[in-house]
Amino acid sequence: MTEAIYVEGTVRPDEESVTGMSEAIETDTTETETAPFPTKVKANNVDAFYAEKQALFGVSLDVPENQVTALIGPSGCGKSTFLRCINRMNDTIPICRVTGDITIDEQDIYDPAIDVVQLRARVGMVFQKPNPFPKSIYENVAYGPRIHGMAQGKADIDDLVESSLQRAGLWNEVKDRLGESGTSLSGGQQQRLCIARAIAVNPDVILMDEPCSALDPIATARIEELMDELRQNYTIVIVTHSMQQAARVSQRTAFFHLGYLVESGATEMIFTNPEDTRTQDYITGRFG
Amino acid sequence: MNTIILIIVLLGLTTFAYRYGRRKALTSVEGRVANLHSLPSYHGAYVALWCGLPALIVVALWLILQTDLVERMVLSGISDGISGMTKGQISLLLSDIRNLATGDITSRTPSPMVQAAAAHYVELQRLGFMLMTGAAVILTSGGLYFGLKAIQPTLRARPQVERIVRWLLLIASVIAILTTIGIILSLMFESIRFFGQVNPIEFLFGLTWSPQTALRADQVGGSGAFGAVPVFAGTLLITVIAMIVAVPIGLMAAIYMAEYASPTTRSLVKPALEILAGIPTVVYGFFAALTIGPLFRGAGESIGLSVASESALAAGLVMGVMIIPFVSSLSDDVINAVPQSLRDGSYALGATQSETIRQVILPASLHGIVGAILLAVSRAIGETMIVVMAAGLSANLTANPLEAVTTVTVQIVTLLVGDQEFDSAKTLAAFALGLVLFLVTLALNVVALRVVRKYREEYD
Repeated sequence: MTEAIYVEGTVRPDEESVTGMSEAIETDTTETETAPFPTKVKANNVDAFYAEKQALFGVSLDVPENQVTALIGPSGCGKSTFLRCINRMNDTIPICRVTGDITIDEQDIYDPAIDVVQLRARVGMVFQKPNPFPKSIYENVAYGPRIHGMAQGKADIDDLVESSLQRAGLWNEVKDRLGESGTSLSGGQQQRLCIARAIAVNPDVILMDEPCSALDPIATARIEELMDELRQNYTIVIVTHSMQQAARVSQRTAFFHLGYLVESGATEMIFTNPEDTRTQDYITGRFG
Repeated sequence: MNTIILIIVLLGLTTFAYRYGRRKALTSVEGRVANLHSLPSYHGAYVALWCGLPALIVVALWLILQTDLVERMVLSGISDGISGMTKGQISLLLSDIRNLATGDITSRTPSPMVQAAAAHYVELQRLGFMLMTGAAVILTSGGLYFGLKAIQPTLRARPQVERIVRWLLLIASVIAILTTIGIILSLMFESIRFFGQVNPIEFLFGLTWSPQTALRADQVGGSGAFGAVPVFAGTLLITVIAMIVAVPIGLMAAIYMAEYASPTTRSLVKPALEILAGIPTVVYGFFAALTIGPLFRGAGESIGLSVASESALAAGLVMGVMIIPFVSSLSDDVINAVPQSLRDGSYALGATQSETIRQVILPASLHGIVGAILLAVSRAIGETMIVVMAAGLSANLTANPLEAVTTVTVQIVTLLVGDQEFDSAKTLAAFALGLVLFLVTLALNVVALRVVRKYREEYD
């Protein structure tokens, strides 16, 4: 049981954490609300299984609002699985089963009364490989608002498309060719198009699953800048393999290992003074 | 028979050449394969190609050319006897000679001239075979000698063998193209003869189809109208009915299989649907003619409609069922080829499964689906057996699916079955119909392939 130190420096004792398995790994998930960043997403004792294989063991993590939270860890550590629990994308995999509680704004998202369609409108997602639809740039962005009936008439949609593309920093590059196919853009532009597409449905939380791993360094820098701007309005959770990226863009970092959440806290702390030796080993490049 | 033995012997020698060449290559480096430029099997293949290929080519050419050459020589031997004969008479005489020479029954008692010619024919054939065998033996042994002589560790056997293999591959692909060209040409020559008797404009735009021509000059009843529009209209009507059945059902089956069905269901449903494609079309024909046709007539009577027992509807419906698997199987493949990332992207925006299918998956796979439908259309147009049995023969120009219509393929069958001179307009009309049909399906296939290819470039 440990204490997490917030960016602001408040030190708080904490509700604790959990472990499922025999070896009783001490995970520590010390997050609580501190103004001005109240907890947006709260996971408590989440287990995930792919058929018989358990992928997450009792993960508890608080994600503060308007912050970038980075999930790091070696391949296969469960960070993507955890990310996909937050918008219930794991529901689309028939063999996947999730137990435990995840709340967004105190509301249990695994409650049977919750409509997964509405949940995913509130929790946007950007994938590892840019996946624009084979439609025009305009239609890519307008897709979400249309299926949620968020706009009446063409003028509304035009506005939404423009503002979303602007917030994704893509408007100036594509405003003269909105009718061209989304797949004709470069990789970095495609990824920003996917971000614009996610923003267009006005979500609270944006999940990013290694959004820069298919991009070159310049496009990566562009997306990282964008994340920093977006956090004014959204809560961002990003899975990344690059520790430099986690250090650059995030305020909070959580380290996963073999399905356990080993440690989480302010990014600065994780990278300079980790509690756990495994975190230490990972960030210093001894494994992973 | 002798030729077959010769070819077997040649192949045997080639096999021997392969093994011997391989061994010689190995012994030349005392078993250290790494010292050879090419692997021993390439050396073997090198010798085998030298040994077998020239001889086999010569034998093949010889066999193609010999018959013609021998016949010319036989005819020139009896040139006095045949002077003044027409072309047809000469060809008849020649077939008599050939039959006599091979011991078959001849059409009349052979004259001494024919008997002598037949003996000459046999003699020339035997001489030809001996010369061919001699040439083959010389080429084989010469090739074996040169091939073996060339073998040494530095021989670049692999590039040379691979160059020949590349030529073989090229020839294999050219054969398919040549066959297509051959079909077009054979159809075209007969069609040109037909258009010599019937005006092409009348054929393509005439509204009456009644291909009965008089066998004898004094015969009545043969008007011989060759306006093909009713026939093409019938084909179109039946194809449209078939597509109305096959496209929605096939497409929906494909969507179910690709998107909704569990893997177990899919593994049962997909082969079951594909069984439909394996049923012989004759069986579909029975079904249409004996079950569906009378069923519709009965149903029509009970509500006061007059339905022909051989109706376009019955034939089109059954044909539609037959081509469901074409549409469903190909569409299922293209829908499955849509990357999972697009589905994820759509779900992550909060789209439901049906929204995702309608707005992302179908548009993304549209080109492939169009290709599948076009292939199914060309299959429906060319389909013969079902319409022969179920659609009737009367060339009505109608859009009413309850009447009997006829199709291009049915007419081709009926024109070519039966006693008619081969050069009459009636028989030749079949080739003209075949040519038009071939061009239409060829065009559809070309369009379909282009569409499918365009679809392939769609993502990435």
